Amino acid sequence: MAPSRLRAAGMSAPRYLDAGEAALSVEFGDSVDPQINARVLALDAALREAKLAGIEELVPTYRALMIHYEPLTILRDELVKALESLVLQGASAFAPKARWHVPCCYDPALAEDIVEAARVLGLTPERLAALHASGSYRAYMYGFAPGWCYLGGLPPSLASPRRASPRGPTPPGAVLIGGGLSLIAANPMPTGWYVIGRTPERLFALEREPALLIEPGDAVRFEPIDAATFFALEARGGIIAKREVLAKREVLA
Amino acid sequence: MSATLRILKAGPGASVQDIGRHGFLHFGVTPAGPMDAGAFLAATLAAGDAKGAGVEASLGGLELAAEGGEIGLAIAGGGFDVRLDARALPPACVMKLVPGGRLSVRAAAAGAWVYLAPFGRFDLPLILGSYATHARSGLGGLEGRMLRAGDALEIVDPRPAPVEPMEILAPWLGAHRAKLRVMLGPQQDYFSPETIATLLSARWRLSERSDRMAYRLEGPNLQHLSGHDIVSDGAAFGAIQIPGDGAPLVLMADRQPTGGYPKIATVIGADLGALAQARPGDFVEFEAVSWEQAVTARRARALSIEAGVTLEPVLRTEFSAEFLLGRNLVGGVVDGRET
Repeated sequence: MAPSRLRAAGMSAPRYLDAGEAALSVEFGDSVDPQINARVLALDAALREAKLAGIEELVPTYRALMIHYEPLTILRDELVKALESLVLQGASAFAPKARWHVPCCYDPALAEDIVEAARVLGLTPERLAALHASGSYRAYMYGFAPGWCYLGGLPPSLASPRRASPRGPTPPGAVLIGGGLSLIAANPMPTGWYVIGRTPERLFALEREPALLIEPGDAVRFEPIDAATFFALEARGGIIAKREVLAKREVLA
Repeated sequence: MSATLRILKAGPGASVQDIGRHGFLHFGVTPAGPMDAGAFLAATLAAGDAKGAGVEASLGGLELAAEGGEIGLAIAGGGFDVRLDARALPPACVMKLVPGGRLSVRAAAAGAWVYLAPFGRFDLPLILGSYATHARSGLGGLEGRMLRAGDALEIVDPRPAPVEPMEILAPWLGAHRAKLRVMLGPQQDYFSPETIATLLSARWRLSERSDRMAYRLEGPNLQHLSGHDIVSDGAAFGAIQIPGDGAPLVLMADRQPTGGYPKIATVIGADLGALAQARPGDFVEFEAVSWEQAVTARRARALSIEAGVTLEPVLRTEFSAEFLLGRNLVGGVVDGRET
């Protein structure tokens, strides 16, 4: 049986939770944790590869994979059976396909909340920026709004409480921190997180193919740029060549 | 010259929709799409393109005119009051709007959403493969926003519509249920058996603070066993989410793809349309069913939709005796609704 083989491999069996008759949440844990998320992303990749008839959308989140499916095409039991063999490969099967090098400006003129966030964390803005830029991140999931990419891998010293009250809409390309996570926010929305940087890259740009850049599971690093470079790149990416991708995509074996 | 559908008046809540923007949920892109997918399909099937787009309107209603040519429209939804100039038409019908004419669609005794599908295609850009409007993220439809008076929707690739108005018969339309069926979960273990029993026994009043994103329910307070914050996970259409204040929110077409509150139960697919058509002030009740029961209901509905819609001539008082006689001779059953 699959559960005993999972135990033998030192892994807990996921929970298969119905979200109505046409969605199944495969829950690997209840916390934000790189190992749990790696199992989510490994299953996401395996299921995309398997191309099972009746699977409509896959939504990886921190700790669960939501599978939207058509139960008139694939029965729940058939789906769970397929999943039970796919989850055996575990977190070790997860490997990012690409690493993105995302330009990020930490200048307080653009990073609207970096001074406030540094004060909350007991750091200087420069130290906060250096720590953030030193992090090696993974795109855990998208959520909240199109192109809002949540990143794990924030240095622990930058874990911050949420703001007491939400700030106004984020500027385009805002790079934020909140809780133990970082976030690149494509579209302006109010948030309880801190804007500690800005990227001239657009994670979501309809006129560009592909419209969305970073896949869940991709590795992400930030490359500090000064304000002058930010504006120069923003002009290139935003006005002169709308289709240009500014971030560098490094293919990982 | 192609014809243009002109919005003369639009209440809040009118937008262009199609079956939704699918395939980008893992990038945070909400599918949007119709609130009542069954009613929407009745309109698009009658207009000859099940994958096509249409206008969704809500309680605020809609008034339309055709400019530059006639436009065939198929209308279906909750029991709205449909008038072509002074003439009352059935709430689900196909008709032809000619320049100089005026179509009004207004909320009547029941129902919250109505759909108007053109015999043709809106000349709008496909955004990530879809015409569906998601106003919160500014995507789709007309300029990514809700429709308002003065807007013009050009119709291209027109298809012929019946000369005389016809009633749409779609067996799945307006299927009313005393209780909406739910499946418990995915997070029912965040609640005590008593709280789940309360969810299933209470009469829930639909709040005025309901929209395309979520329907808020007023009734007993549903308490979590411990804490209301969960680590965000995927959220389905129909998920009943219980935030910190204990007042249930049912996630609807414009929901975020993920949510950070426990979801005690999920309304089954076959009953989402009935829920969507509830109005602020209406009461809804829930009953729990199994996955098998939910799929049986889903299959029955799919088979019904597969059989398609039929069109029946609209009986009206000004019909000639010859017409009525001819209609009886061909064996139709006279529908007395419009007399």
